[in-house]
Amino acid sequence: MGWAGKRDFYAGGLMVLLGLGAAFEGQHYNIGTMRQMGPGFMPVALGIVLVLIGITIAGASLAGAADDGESILPAQPDWRGWLCIIAGPLLFIVFGKFGGLAPATFACVFVSAMGDRGATWKGAFALALGITVFGVALFSYVLKVPFPVFKFFNLVSP
Amino acid sequence: MIETAFSGLWYGFGVALEPHNIMWCFVGVLIGNMVGVLPGMGVLATISILLPLTFAMKPVAAILMLAGVYYGAQYGGAICSILLNLPCHPPHAVTCLDGYPMTQQGRGGVALGITMLGSFIGASFGITEMIFLAPVLVQVALQFGPAEICSLMLLGLLAGSTLARGSPLKGVAMTVFGLLLGVVGSDVNTGVPRFTFGITELYDGVEIVALALGLFGIAEFLKSINQKMEINLQYTKVRLRDLRPSKADLKQAAFPMIRGTLIGSLCALIPGTGPTIASFVSYAAEKKISKTPERFGRGAIEGVACPEASTHSSVQGDFIPTMSLGIPGDSVMALLLGALIIQGIVPGPQLIREHPDIFWGLIASFWIGNIMLVVLNVPMIGIWVKLLTIPYRYLYPSALFFVCIGVYSANNDLFGVAETLAIGMFGYLLLILGFHPAPILLGFVLGPRFEENFRRAMLLSRGDILTFVDRPISAVFIGLCAVLIVGQLYVRLRRPKMVEDLTPAEQQAAAE
Repeated sequence: MGWAGKRDFYAGGLMVLLGLGAAFEGQHYNIGTMRQMGPGFMPVALGIVLVLIGITIAGASLAGAADDGESILPAQPDWRGWLCIIAGPLLFIVFGKFGGLAPATFACVFVSAMGDRGATWKGAFALALGITVFGVALFSYVLKVPFPVFKFFNLVSP
Repeated sequence: MIETAFSGLWYGFGVALEPHNIMWCFVGVLIGNMVGVLPGMGVLATISILLPLTFAMKPVAAILMLAGVYYGAQYGGAICSILLNLPCHPPHAVTCLDGYPMTQQGRGGVALGITMLGSFIGASFGITEMIFLAPVLVQVALQFGPAEICSLMLLGLLAGSTLARGSPLKGVAMTVFGLLLGVVGSDVNTGVPRFTFGITELYDGVEIVALALGLFGIAEFLKSINQKMEINLQYTKVRLRDLRPSKADLKQAAFPMIRGTLIGSLCALIPGTGPTIASFVSYAAEKKISKTPERFGRGAIEGVACPEASTHSSVQGDFIPTMSLGIPGDSVMALLLGALIIQGIVPGPQLIREHPDIFWGLIASFWIGNIMLVVLNVPMIGIWVKLLTIPYRYLYPSALFFVCIGVYSANNDLFGVAETLAIGMFGYLLLILGFHPAPILLGFVLGPRFEENFRRAMLLSRGDILTFVDRPISAVFIGLCAVLIVGQLYVRLRRPKMVEDLTPAEQQAAAE
């Protein structure tokens, strides 16, 4: 079994897990009868279909696996890039809750920009500043999205 | 029939030329053209970012703008393919094969000029097709009961997931997953909350903006970060007068354009075969009938004219099933349909009658938008080319901010941002495992209507599942589903031979 086969095996396995989860959770709702279906019918039915498809995908990977030397992870796992991109929206949430739109935007852009291997502190800072000014002007003043630009840090009752 | 078409069109121009609407149409095509040129920005991500902004707009303006982004991006994508050899927009991957060699020979301007001409001809034909065909389809579709609607949706879902890129089986898996995501939230009939796990924000279901931005925004950024793209800018100096093709060029490109247009308009009618497949089919066909097939891949002007005309004809034709039947052919159409649903408009055959302003206004705006695009592209080619030089490291952090604020403004709630992030991370896992997430959106948008009609059909037939084959129209759709599955199996088993027929460059383009 080559890497591509392994990848499909995991892919099928994930679908089986998702399908099982949906089918079991769906049983808690009322399934009803064929004539008068309850809210649980569709989730259970779809879950079972997904399990069957997953088994087929995984089964096909075991049967005829072509080894094209492909790893499951991309050639070079880029932990720094992934971490920075995931941290961007997380910081947006945290700073948005406690600081307001301007700090949230700055943190989100600055941190995610640092994910690129060619990024410099200066470049990321300039980009974040530019986007913050532009973003606040566009969304707060032109489009009037209800999001306070600055909030005083108030950790007790946000 | 022709009379209704003309009166409808006349009315549509009245709607589309209202200052408010024409402005949003312009904004749409401008943004579309821009993201089409920017390597690494997708149409889907752009439409999803703009989606929350349309909540406050009138439905007509919203749909004109979002549609404008879609076809505008096709013009921009061609520039990217021809001048940079970057197939960042799938329908234009084929154009690289001959467009870039033309650029290397110093004829990039001519290739662009031919592309614009071909695009306009293709688009015009696609629009005409829609004007005449959509009302006919509607007449048929108005007779449909819940069983027929259900079978038709099944056909649409199956076609959309198996004919798209990648493994058909994985495509179906993604569609089913999308249907499951569509189940999340309160049940329409009984109000029972499903798959909410006690999270109040999920009672209204998964937010479509969060789903689209997670899958096509965050997951894409995770995939493309630090993947160095070789961008070669040495050929990007194109002047306005370079765009003019010579008489010989025009003569050579004329018939390929017409053939491409016809192939594209046929592909648009088959659910699930969007512009990407149309462009590949037309390129292969053009190469096959050419007297000098060896010129293809070395800068043959036919190899640019034909797929481009085909792409644009198919892009416009894509709107036919979406607007007349309410069945989207691909994920972009699913998103546009989602935008209509958010506006409180029920998609389906009754749309043309109940909202003629949307249908005819949209058609008229296609003409206006396409003329705008030609006008935008010809004199501003220098500016578009400059956009190509924006590096990805400035692009994705800015886009990430737009994703965050876009999803926030959908509900004015930070929960949506967390939802998007979670979906994005899961979407990246799916990408790693070789799934294409586009069918998820298709299943998600159609899911609730599918369930509702399925339950109604079963109620009407007193629980007899055979109702789907007993009713003749429904049986035809189910039969087509079976043909589709058998056809897929047949192609699967024969594929090794078909792949051998392609050149390595074509194989690479097909893999994109």
